[in-house]
Parts: sequence; C-alpha cells; structure tokens
Amino acid sequence: MKEICITVNNEKRYVSVEPNEVLLDVLREKLGVKSPKCGCERGDCGACTVLLDGNAVRSCLVLAIEVEGHSIITVEGISADKLSTLQEAFIQFNSFQCGYCAPGIILAVTELLEKHPHPTLEEIKESIAGNLCRCTGYTPIFDAIMALTKVDQHTTDAEKALSQDRNPALQ
Amino acid sequence: MAIAHEFSYERPQNLHAVLELKDSYRNRALIYAGGTDLVVNIKEGMVKPELLIDIKDLPELHKLCLDNGTLYIGAAVTFTDLIDTEFVFQACPMLHDACKTVASTGVRSRATLVGNICSAVPSLDSATPLLCYEAVVHCASVEGTRNIPISEWFLAPRKTAIKDREVVTGISLKIPKEKSTSVYLKLGRYGGEDLAQAGWGIWLNNAYQYRIAHCALAPIPSRAAVIEAMLNGKELTPQLIEAAVALIPQEINPISDIRSSKEYRLHVSGVMLKRGLLAAIDRMEGRVVEPAKLLGGIT
Repeated sequence: MKEICITVNNEKRYVSVEPNEVLLDVLREKLGVKSPKCGCERGDCGACTVLLDGNAVRSCLVLAIEVEGHSIITVEGISADKLSTLQEAFIQFNSFQCGYCAPGIILAVTELLEKHPHPTLEEIKESIAGNLCRCTGYTPIFDAIMALTKVDQHTTDAEKALSQDRNPALQ
Repeated sequence: MAIAHEFSYERPQNLHAVLELKDSYRNRALIYAGGTDLVVNIKEGMVKPELLIDIKDLPELHKLCLDNGTLYIGAAVTFTDLIDTEFVFQACPMLHDACKTVASTGVRSRATLVGNICSAVPSLDSATPLLCYEAVVHCASVEGTRNIPISEWFLAPRKTAIKDREVVTGISLKIPKEKSTSVYLKLGRYGGEDLAQAGWGIWLNNAYQYRIAHCALAPIPSRAAVIEAMLNGKELTPQLIEAAVALIPQEINPISDIRSSKEYRLHVSGVMLKRGLLAAIDRMEGRVVEPAKLLGGIT
C-alpha cells in the first residue's frame, strides 16, 4: 500500500493504493467520484474515460499508482459551478437516454473542443469512435456537438446561440 | 473487475536502473508504458508479472525526431504524439496513416508504437510502415545495446526477437533520400475502433521501386517479396496491377476468424492492393489521399 497524491477535479486528494489497483476503481470506490463508469474493462467501450493531464484516457487501463502528482478531470470537475455548454447542448438535443456513455463522451468531446474548437463532423466521429452508445444511434450526440461547433463555446453567447439552434423535434 | 494478480511497481529515473531491474527480474518483470495491452493481459491472466517497470519518467524514451534522414521514435512515444507531429506525416505518410487507424483516441493517447510491436499480434497496423521503411529496433540490456532489423523482429504471433533481459529503447526508420511516398490501407468491419481484417502498406519511389507489406493476413506481418520483385522497375498500368493482384495467394496465408473468412481476406486483399497502388501514385503526384475513404463503407 502506498499513499499517493492526485489532483482530482482541481482538488488535491490523498489515497492509499496497491500497485494492482486501476484508476477507475480508485476514483469510484475510494474517492467517491462516480461519473466514470465501469463497462467493458478492457478499453473498448469508453465508459470509464477521464481526462489525465487534459488527455482523454481509459481509466480502466491506467494503474492508479502511476498518476501520483498528475491531474484527473471527470464530469464532476467540468460542471463544478454549472453545467458546461456541452452538457447543456446534450440536454437540449436529447443526446442521452440511459446515460451510461454520457460522462465518457462528454469528456472525450471536451478534449476535442479544447484542441479544435470548430471540428468537422468527421473529426467529431473520430474523437468518440471509442465511446460506445447503445441507445441513441449517435445522431442526437452529433447534433449537439455540431450546434456547438458553430459558436465559441467559451462565451455566454454560446448558450444564447444554442437556444436559437434548438432541435426542432423538441420544440 | 479489480486485478486479482499482485505485483510490485517501480518507476526508475534513469535507463540504467531500468536495465538493472530487468536484468535481475528477467521475464518476471514487464515494461509498463501505455498499459493498453498490458493491463488487459494482466486482468485476463495471460501474463503474471512480479514487477512492472514504468518507463514514462525517462525523457530520452519520449524522443521523437527526424535527423539526417532517420526518423527516431522513443519507446514512450504514443500514437497521438506520432499523429500530431507534422514531420512524421511528411517523412513517412504510411506511418501516419497506420497510427490513425489504431483503436480510438482514448487508447492512442496512451498506447505506444513500441508497445504495439512488442505485443506483436498478427493484425499489427504499425508493422507495415516499419517493414516498408526497413526499421531497426533498438534494444538495451546491462551488457550493451543490440539493433534488430524489423525483418527479424517478428517470430510468431505474440513472439518477438527480444530477450528476457532486454528492453526496447526506440525504433528508427530510414527515410529515403529520393522522392518517394507511401500509403496504408486498413479494412475493419466498421469505421472506428476495430482490429484489421486486412492491412496493406505500399511504398514507392520515383524509380518505380516498390515495397509492399501486409498485416492480419499471415501469422506475422510480412513484406510481399514476390509482388515487389514483379513490380520493381515498372510503371504501373492496369495490366501490371492485375498481375500483382494475381500473385496475392502466393504472398499471404490468412485464417478465418471472428472478423472475416479466409476467402474474404484473399478476395479483399486484391481490392486493397489495387486501390493502394493507385493511391500511392496519387500521393506521388501531389494529390490528397484519405486512406479511410478508399474502401467505402460506413465511417
């Protein structure tokens, strides 16, 4: 057992881990961060996606002991004060049903938008190719993200633009 | 699923310490970089290491550079690093193509090219550029270094030429001086993350020399020497392409598995080789080629 310090959602957390504990289990079971989900446990489904130093990774394949001194961001971290514009867009476009894939997809797309604020549909598809959704058929997910690509996501105008761009099916 | 198997973890700060550990533990210690294969293998009980040696703190293993016509890729360089580095595409388009087809973004941000060739599965996308650019695998142990040509690296599925006490430190690829280009075509069952049903890499230069490699079509990724010999020195014509396609059954030895049948792999290889050769010519003449779109289907 070794005590490590991880910055989880901008807060320093100390936790004792064994070398064979994966980050997903430590986040969920020891630190109470429940948004990363346990799906396939072999890196295929993307439900456990977290941002490790800003990059989307599979937390089921990362040993917790190695993230000592690094920063982890989960959905709890990007919506600490209020929902992000991406999350708002997901609500407006009805982009999740059971919700199991949503935290992973939101983080994968958060990384994408951080690096490419105006991605093409193809770039969006590529960024979430490893995040499986079995409910939505992906179309409402792409719609939500595409609506955001037309605006600067980091301004309050984004919310205004989104409300104008509301999915007609929901009005 | 928690990992049932117990092991120790070390994160050495210099290469000498890595080599010392590897020397004393031999095959009981495994190198941990991206972990995208290794952690799955430990979870499934396929390997039971006593020690994992994390090599990510060693700056020299993160080295990625193009120097004097040699592309050097350190053991901790990830697929995302390779995709995002402009000179990789300029120097070796096939490597860039192949890296983009590996798994998904969340895996590529951790998985390393060196880890990929150490796993040495038959469907190894990144093997085709390494074979076509005649890469050299740099290994180190306490006794010194050893350079292994990629043609001698793959021995059998999941088996490579590395010895128990050795660690791979990097790979280098010779980028030809003359005008040349290359392309990698991968066929999966769908766009997005899937292992290859078939993969073909094609390199050619302005003197009509060809290097062709395939993966997922034989026990190990290999060069297609018979086809290369037939094509070398000749300008591509529709008849020549047909003649090359006719030689495919002599080059590959596919199996039927969950991803496709042997017969399908034999057939689709002809389609891929033909489109790949034409795409390489397109690239040679300066046209933009998007390999993912060359085989149709849903992306």
